[in-house]
Order: sequence, then C-alpha cells, then structure tokens
Amino acid sequence: MTAVPVTPAAPPTPPPGAGLNRRFVIPEGVDLRLQLASAGERAGAFLIDLVIIFLSLIALTLVAIAAVGAMGVKGEGSEMAQMIWILGAFLLRSGYFTLFELTPRAATPGKRLLGLRVAARDGGRLGGEAIFVRNALREIEVFLPLTLLGASSAAGDPVDKTLALLGLIWSGVFLLFPLFNRDRLRVGDLVAGTWVVKAPRQRLAIDLAEDAPQRLARFAFTADQVDAYGVKELQVLEDVLRRRDKKILTAVAERIRTKIGWRGEDIETDADFLTAYYAALRARLENRLLFGHRRRDKFDKA
Amino acid sequence: MNDLQLKSQRFRVEREADWRRLEALLAKAEGGRVRRLTDEELLEIPVRYRAAVSSLSVARATSLDASLIAYLEGLVTRGYFFVYGARTNLADRLKRFFREDWPGAVRGLWRECLAAGAILILSAVAGYVLVTADPDWFGSIMPGEMAQGRDPTASTAFLKQILYDDHGRKGLSVFATFLFTHNAQVSILAFALGFAFCVPTALLVAETGLSLGALVALYASRGLGPQIGGWLIIHGTTELFACVIGGAAGFRIGWAVAFPGDRTRLDAAAAAGRTAGAAMAGVVIMLIVAGILEGVGRQTIKLDWARYAVGASMLAFWLGYFFLPRGRAPT
Repeated sequence: MTAVPVTPAAPPTPPPGAGLNRRFVIPEGVDLRLQLASAGERAGAFLIDLVIIFLSLIALTLVAIAAVGAMGVKGEGSEMAQMIWILGAFLLRSGYFTLFELTPRAATPGKRLLGLRVAARDGGRLGGEAIFVRNALREIEVFLPLTLLGASSAAGDPVDKTLALLGLIWSGVFLLFPLFNRDRLRVGDLVAGTWVVKAPRQRLAIDLAEDAPQRLARFAFTADQVDAYGVKELQVLEDVLRRRDKKILTAVAERIRTKIGWRGEDIETDADFLTAYYAALRARLENRLLFGHRRRDKFDKA
Repeated sequence: MNDLQLKSQRFRVEREADWRRLEALLAKAEGGRVRRLTDEELLEIPVRYRAAVSSLSVARATSLDASLIAYLEGLVTRGYFFVYGARTNLADRLKRFFREDWPGAVRGLWRECLAAGAILILSAVAGYVLVTADPDWFGSIMPGEMAQGRDPTASTAFLKQILYDDHGRKGLSVFATFLFTHNAQVSILAFALGFAFCVPTALLVAETGLSLGALVALYASRGLGPQIGGWLIIHGTTELFACVIGGAAGFRIGWAVAFPGDRTRLDAAAAAGRTAGAAMAGVVIMLIVAGILEGVGRQTIKLDWARYAVGASMLAFWLGYFFLPRGRAPT
C-alpha cells in the first residue's frame, strides 16, 4: 500500500463538492461544511407553505364574506372589507415568502419546520433585494405553469390546446430547474445569488462515554483488542448505540466479540459490552489523534 | 474531574455551559425578539459565537464524538448567520432603499430602460397606425374582455362617457386596490419572464404599447384625441414608467444569463439580480401610486388640463428622483 498523506484534521466527511456538502469558510477561518437542502426537502417545505397560504386565503375569504354580509354590499364597511381582501390575497401570493425570509431566521414556516434557511451563495449578507428577486421569480416557476395548466385543460379549440400544452412544457423547465443542477438552485436562487441550506436546531446528545471509568473497570480490553478498529467503525458504533435497537445491538456485539476474541462473562449485556468497548476504542483513537494520527478505518494500518 | 478519562470529555464538560448559553441567546434572537435582548446579551453573542467556533475547531481535531461535532456545527452555523446577517433595523433599511438603492438601481438600468421605452413607444405607434389604417385591427389587438365595449362599433357618446364616468363615486378605493394588485402581478410576471432570455418580457411590453396605441387611435378617430390623452396620462406616466422599469429589470437578468461576459453565468446572473431586485421593489411602489392616481385621482379630477398637469408633474418627479445628480452617497 502506498503512503496516503493523512493529516490529523482530515475531514471525516466526503470531499467538498460531492453530494450536497459544500465548503463554506467563515471569516474565522473554519470550514462549516454546509449541507444543502435536497430537492425533496425543498418541495416538502414549499408544499407546507402552500397549504398555509391556502388555509389563510380561505379564512380571509370567510371573514370578508361575513363582514360584507353583516354590513351590506353598499356600505362603507363592506368597501373596506373588499379592499382588505384584495390586498390580503395579493400579499399572500406575492408577499408571503418575501416577508418571512426577511426575518432573522431567513425562512418561511415550511422551511423552518424542515430546518432549512436561505443564505447568500457567496457567504455575504443576504440582502432584501435578493430575497425579493428569488421570490418574484416564483411567478414563472409556479404560477405560470399553473396558469398554462388551467389554460390547456380549459381550451376547447385543438390549436389553442396544443399551444397551451407547448407552453406548459416550456414552463415546466423552470419548475424542474432545481433537479438539473448540482446546487439544487431554483431559477430564483440562480438570479438572486442565494441557496437553501440546512441549519437545523441540533440537540446536544449525551456523551456515550460518560460513565466510561466505571465500565472500563469491569471490562479490561487488551491493547490488541482496542486496536482492531478505526474512526469510521467508531462512528458506526456510536450510531448503533444511540439508536438502541436490540437486534442490531446483539448482531454488532457478536461481530465485535468474534473479531477481537472477547470471552465475556455470561452476565454482561450487549449494550454494556458495546458501551465499554466504545469508550475504550474512543480513548485509544483520541489518544492517537492527539499525537497527530487519525486512523480512518480498520484497514488503515499505519 | 479526575474520574473522567477522556480529554474530549473533559473538554465538553468545561465548555458545555457556554454552548448552552449561546444556544439560548440565539433562540431568543431568532424568535424575532432581538429588541428584548439587553445590550449586554447582544454584545455577548459575538463573543460566545467566536468561543463556539474555537470549540468546533478543537472538537474536530481532538474529539471523535460525532454527535458533539454535529451539534457544534449546527450551533456555529446558526451563530454565523446571526452575527454576519443583516441586522440593520427596518427604518434604516427603508431609508437606504429610498435614498440610494432604488434610484441607484434605476440609474444603473438606464440602457435597458431606453430599450424597453423604445419598444413601448414603437409598438404604441404601430398600434395607432394599424388601427387608423384599418379599424378591424382593433379587435385583434384588444380582446373583447379588455376592451369593455370600447370598440369601433361603439357610439361616440359611449366612448366619451367612459372617460368621465366616476363609477358612481362609490368603491373608488376598491377599484384602486384592484388596479394596483392586478398591475403589480403583471409587472412581476413581466420581470420574471426576463429570465427566459428577454423575449417574453419584450412581448409583454410590446402588447401594452399596442393596446395603448389602438385605444388612442380609436378615440382620435372620433375627435376625442386630447381627452383620451388626459384620461391616460394622469396615471399613465407613472404606470408606464413602472412598466418600462419592470421590463428593463427583466432585460437585465435575461441579458446576464444569455451573455454573461467575463464572469461565470451564475455570478453574472446574481449581480444582475441584485440591481434588478431593487428596481423591481420600486416598481411595486410606483404601481401603488399609479393605482391611487387611476382609481381615485382620475375619477375625481374631470378637467383635461388638470389631468395633463398631474401626469406631467408625476413624470417630472420620477425623472428627477431617478436621474438628477445628487451629492455622493456615503458608502
């Protein structure tokens, strides 16, 4: 095996550009490794927003009808109600996205629910005009296809129908644009210089090696036994332990026992054994990390 | 702390309270309650944010607890967007928009404005010439629902009545609101269509010009030329100017996407988008003004010369606002 240069700080994540991981160096000089939102998440957030818009519109309409009914069609009050309805409908259609994205969270309720937010692609400030543009272009991404869809189904004349259908195909290009580029940019994102990234509120989970000393007192692993695996396996083990699925725990515990030749007492549980081994392995690997060597996986013999 | 074996655990135990404090501050700030943060808390955020950035670097270099690193990455990302995000208040933003961004954007679009204006005027002339030569053209330029009975078969009296009818004085503000939302929607669409290499935007602008010319030709043929002029101009200078700027903004984007020049297509589009966005936000404001002028002003002002005066002064105002040189803005 040829020497592979391995630096201690080598990212465990795939290299930038692969998948939806993006290099994003903040002024403090740290790469945040931003995750872009996937097309599915974007569509989901948009659907949630659409439902909210529709429900608000229905509520607004009902209130307006009630107001006009109560005050008569000709009264001053009903005029007010009509005006508010027209403006409200306009704001819902053209202002909903812009106004929510102007807030500090830079996300509509749908995006918030899915842990997404809008950010400037160049890492700079997200300006109001960028937000305005990215949402103005929804007009051709969403409303134009909808209009043409309506036109193609309403047209009686076959020529009109064909024309509307061709228009629908044309406008579909804008609708499906995010599927055809690496960064999942909408047309609006492209023009506004923005993208949508994941910024979920992470919970700080418990440290699995918290009670390591007590466990390690009971489980004495030899140096060879803790040298069996690398960082990749450690993180898989962490994931398994956090999920606490009994079947998987048993299967993984069996694999590890066989691999390191562990003859435990009969009374030890799989979870106990795995937690103890996790603590021991992490202690060993972190110790080597401090001395400048990150052992990537079990095949990394250096 | 001697019973803790791993250095990464000791690291976490020592700093966890700081991270949680930053998390709480950010939650407060992101919840739209920036005003409720005290000055000390507001100053505390950047300090704790930088501490968290340093924690993240240390954790990546020394800890193998994946969930801890994911937590810190999430925390720092949120902190970054708050610390480096735009936090000027709305009043400052608006002031900046009206004093610099909006007129600056329109000035920057002067070439596109000329192009859109030329298309509008040429198509208006074409519409006028076509309908004057052969009134049958009117029907093809103005579809029935848009003409509202104003076609070559209508009586002169009917045509004249439309110019001065005040809709019974009722519902003026509703009418103005409707006009504004309708026009704003159309202008946003025209702008967005610019992305498709300018062509649909040009078509929309030309369509506006054609119907304008056709309508003027129809009224001129009945000797009502000056009257229709006043009827159109009172809000037309504002509305058509907005239409031209909207078209110009669309052109800017379509042009940048089609011919990015030295820059990459993405960079060119993003730069064009910023200028065009400020101009478009301004277009919506102009359309509010136009809607009020059309829905309220035109229905209450019946004198032709007064209508011309209002229209001309609005045009002078907009031109002055956008293009008059002013003191260098502090940057």
